[in-house]
Amino acid sequence: MPFDAANLITVLPEIAILITAAAVLILDLYLKDKDRDIIHTLTLIGLLVAIGLTGAVGGGERQVVFDGNVVRDAMSDLLRGAILIVSLFGFVYARPWLKDRGLFVGEFYVLGLFAVLGMLIMVSSNSFLTLYLGLELQALSLYALVAFDRDSNKGAEAAMKYFVLGALGSGMLLYGVSMIYGATGSVEFGPVAQAVAEQGMDNTVLVFGIVFLVVGIGFKFGAVPFHMWVPDIYEGAPTPVVLLLGSAPKIAAFALAVRMLVDGLAAIHADWQGMLVILAVLSMGLGNLVAIAQTNIKRMLAYSTISHVGFLLLGLLAGSAQGYAAAMFYAIVYAAMAAGAFGILLILSRRGFDAEQLDDLKGLNERDSWYAAMMALLMFSMAGVPPTVGFMAKLLVLEAVVRIDLVWLAVVAVIFSIIGAFYYLRVVKLIYFDKPVEGLPRLSTSGGVRFAMTLNGLSMLALGVFPAGLLGLCQNVFA
Amino acid sequence: MYQFPLLTLLIWLPIIGGIVVLASGDRATDISKWTALGFAVFTFLISLGLWTGFDTTSAEMQFVERSAWIPTFNVEYFLGVDGISMPLIILTTFITIFVIIAGWEVITYRPSHYMAAFLVMEGIMIGVFSALDAILFYVFWEAMLIPMFLIIGVWGGPNRVYATIKFFLYTFFGSVFMLVALIYMYFQAGSFSILDFHTLQLGMTAQILIFIAFLLAFAVKVPMFPVHTWLPDAHVEAPTGGSVILAAIMLKIGGYGFLRFSLPIAPDASDSLDWLIITLSLIAIIYIGFVALVQQDLKKLIAYSSIAHMGFVTLGFFIIFTILRDPSATGGAVMGIEGGMVQMISHGFISGALFLCVGVLYDRVHSREIAVYGGVINTMPWFGAFVVFFAMANAGLPGTSGFVGEFMVILATFRADFWWALLAATTLILAAAFSLWMVKRVIFGEVKNEKVAALQDLNRREAFNLGVLATAVLILGIWPAPLIDVMHATVENLVAHVSLCKLPAAEAAQCILAVPTADLGLAGQP
Repeated sequence: MPFDAANLITVLPEIAILITAAAVLILDLYLKDKDRDIIHTLTLIGLLVAIGLTGAVGGGERQVVFDGNVVRDAMSDLLRGAILIVSLFGFVYARPWLKDRGLFVGEFYVLGLFAVLGMLIMVSSNSFLTLYLGLELQALSLYALVAFDRDSNKGAEAAMKYFVLGALGSGMLLYGVSMIYGATGSVEFGPVAQAVAEQGMDNTVLVFGIVFLVVGIGFKFGAVPFHMWVPDIYEGAPTPVVLLLGSAPKIAAFALAVRMLVDGLAAIHADWQGMLVILAVLSMGLGNLVAIAQTNIKRMLAYSTISHVGFLLLGLLAGSAQGYAAAMFYAIVYAAMAAGAFGILLILSRRGFDAEQLDDLKGLNERDSWYAAMMALLMFSMAGVPPTVGFMAKLLVLEAVVRIDLVWLAVVAVIFSIIGAFYYLRVVKLIYFDKPVEGLPRLSTSGGVRFAMTLNGLSMLALGVFPAGLLGLCQNVFA
Repeated sequence: MYQFPLLTLLIWLPIIGGIVVLASGDRATDISKWTALGFAVFTFLISLGLWTGFDTTSAEMQFVERSAWIPTFNVEYFLGVDGISMPLIILTTFITIFVIIAGWEVITYRPSHYMAAFLVMEGIMIGVFSALDAILFYVFWEAMLIPMFLIIGVWGGPNRVYATIKFFLYTFFGSVFMLVALIYMYFQAGSFSILDFHTLQLGMTAQILIFIAFLLAFAVKVPMFPVHTWLPDAHVEAPTGGSVILAAIMLKIGGYGFLRFSLPIAPDASDSLDWLIITLSLIAIIYIGFVALVQQDLKKLIAYSSIAHMGFVTLGFFIIFTILRDPSATGGAVMGIEGGMVQMISHGFISGALFLCVGVLYDRVHSREIAVYGGVINTMPWFGAFVVFFAMANAGLPGTSGFVGEFMVILATFRADFWWALLAATTLILAAAFSLWMVKRVIFGEVKNEKVAALQDLNRREAFNLGVLATAVLILGIWPAPLIDVMHATVENLVAHVSLCKLPAAEAAQCILAVPTADLGLAGQP
């Protein structure tokens, strides 16, 4: 019977999130509108407890529990922590926006927490099926969240697209898993890895399985040519939801890719490397080029995500410990950058107005120079300008690529990052060089939001100047 | 051995100063201005410690600080200066003072942010000159773009957004290829230390690719002929202080890069591609000289004159290979590089001063059009005298610092090739033509209109700025020996290093300059 203490202790963070979600669900029924802040506080406490538990149960030897379906290792420790922290920031940024629109209800928190739970399960999975389970839990919660603002037609349309394309992606993935099961006779990563190492790529079924897996991963990452859903969802979904689905899920998608490709299929690295090269180059190219043409900042950030995914894939395809560590660093850093950028959009929004156009950022420096500085840091970081952490992330990825003698790929990557620098600079230009529209109300935000944004923005600088700590953690995972 | 971390202090003191000034805000602008000036002066005084503590007989890195930064990738916090970088650091701290003073009354929009940006900029530029770790260098090199981007964009002229984005993207474009080259060399050398890169044996193809990557980065910064177009735009739109920093220091960083990276890391590629750089330099000297002649805008004229003068710097650096082919003429090679260095320092003073002069006029009349002025000397005699002096220095009048560098470079070029030297020497005519014609149209003649008639002569601050810079130009022009002494040992070592063939034994047949030697330790770097 797997339900003994030794098994349960390893998944305490997941349990904490589940309990919080259940508590919020029940408590919400009995709360009056004016008391609903309790839910917010409870969610934050739940996330903090889960962060603490992650630290408490973390460290030490790799543990495989629940009959080989769940694993707790250095990677799950680090990524669970990162997902929880980024989500915590997301919930903090979201509250004022929800309150202004009368959407400050328990469902947002319940669905958000279930999405977080799904991500945690993905990170800790040790078999294709657990992974799929976590993925679906996360995805279903996010589908519902996209349609969360019932009166918004755009939201409903986005949710529909997200659901159909997401289901297609999941279907591909599951199909690939079933083929791999057919070829290897197992859904656990360990035995699969063993079987693959023995038979190599001779098995046609296995080859097809891997292609479907990579397609599924491409869908979940939003890598070109499986990116169609990204811009529409980012534009249509409510901004706090975009924040939730644009930040931490990238870390989860990274975990998905590493668990499948590295834990399960590392032996045939050479075969999936070629596919990832194509995905990476296309993503960087299309993402950066199309982002230039956008006037809607949410769409722009969507294409920017696509280009960042391309960069992240560069680290993965390197197939070395350094490459995986670089990609992990990139995923965590990107999640923090995305959370901050969407956080600024939430801060700029107010009752009856959503900051969605690039022009809505005009003259932010005049309106609030502190938030302007934070946004500038985030944008320079996304562009990869030192001394921000975005540069370090790009540097590590490039290094991993040059290490395996793919210098041309590094050159392609830097060329696209120059192109990318332009649209991030344009945001800085709007913030600093343009005058604000007359008659706008002051930006009113709570101390909590300001504190979180300060942490988020300055972390770009701090991690850029002192990257050794986080990098050490990432490298430790693949050592 | 414990050593006082002078370079660390020099880098971080202005940056911390910038943060303090930023925090002091604009409520009491006097306090923030004086704080900024205090930090700038204090940094300058500390930087003099580099000069007094410098051992001019040694070519080794001095004031070295070395500690781990990102241990897993062998990235270090590795600082040190030699005879090439030390004068440039002092130039940086020196010029920053005048930039702060020049913005004292003129900047009315958020002056504390303006001052803070220049202080942060100063720290970063000192970091560029003293970094001996490639990643540290790259971080400073790129970080420099952020304050400059904001300075031009926030305090610049009407077309500032176009100019600043062009500036940023041009420089960013150049430097990312350098990053790939640096990473590539990391895998060859096993560390990011620039000194390790110097002793690295590289094949010809690798050297050429690395050389081109560096060339893209440094040529944009210098700027050299086909990639210079960002400079006039940036200069015209930048506020006076921004122009001064751009011309006086940021351009020098490109020249410094050639000496620190291109020449010692890829000497054989530099040797086989020196014709390219020499051609581009001569085009810059002659063609851009003519372009400067027809400018209608004062700042554009000085910007183009900067490009022409920087052509001398790159000419001096790359003429050495032709000289070295004749074994008896090694002294000429040293002179070429030293001439380029003196030219960089001198151009720092002169171009900085000229931009300050334009600023003086612009603050009063709010126009940079040459045609708007005429007969300024009638209303501003002191100012007129300064402009004439700096214009003469710009034209390379003997007795001013502008003469020394140009003369050394032309002399070295003569050893290499008479015709090149002849072409280079046309600058003496061209620079005189565009400088003095500008003086004639702006300063001399009848008072052109009421605006000129209403001009007030220099105030104390402006007089102080221009006076000190004029003194510096004169001292360097009459007695350049101390500056040359400081860099002599380093430059000799550099020339000795460059004249070694770094190709691996298999490609030794391609060595042009000297017999291949496995013993690259001769460079004597620690």
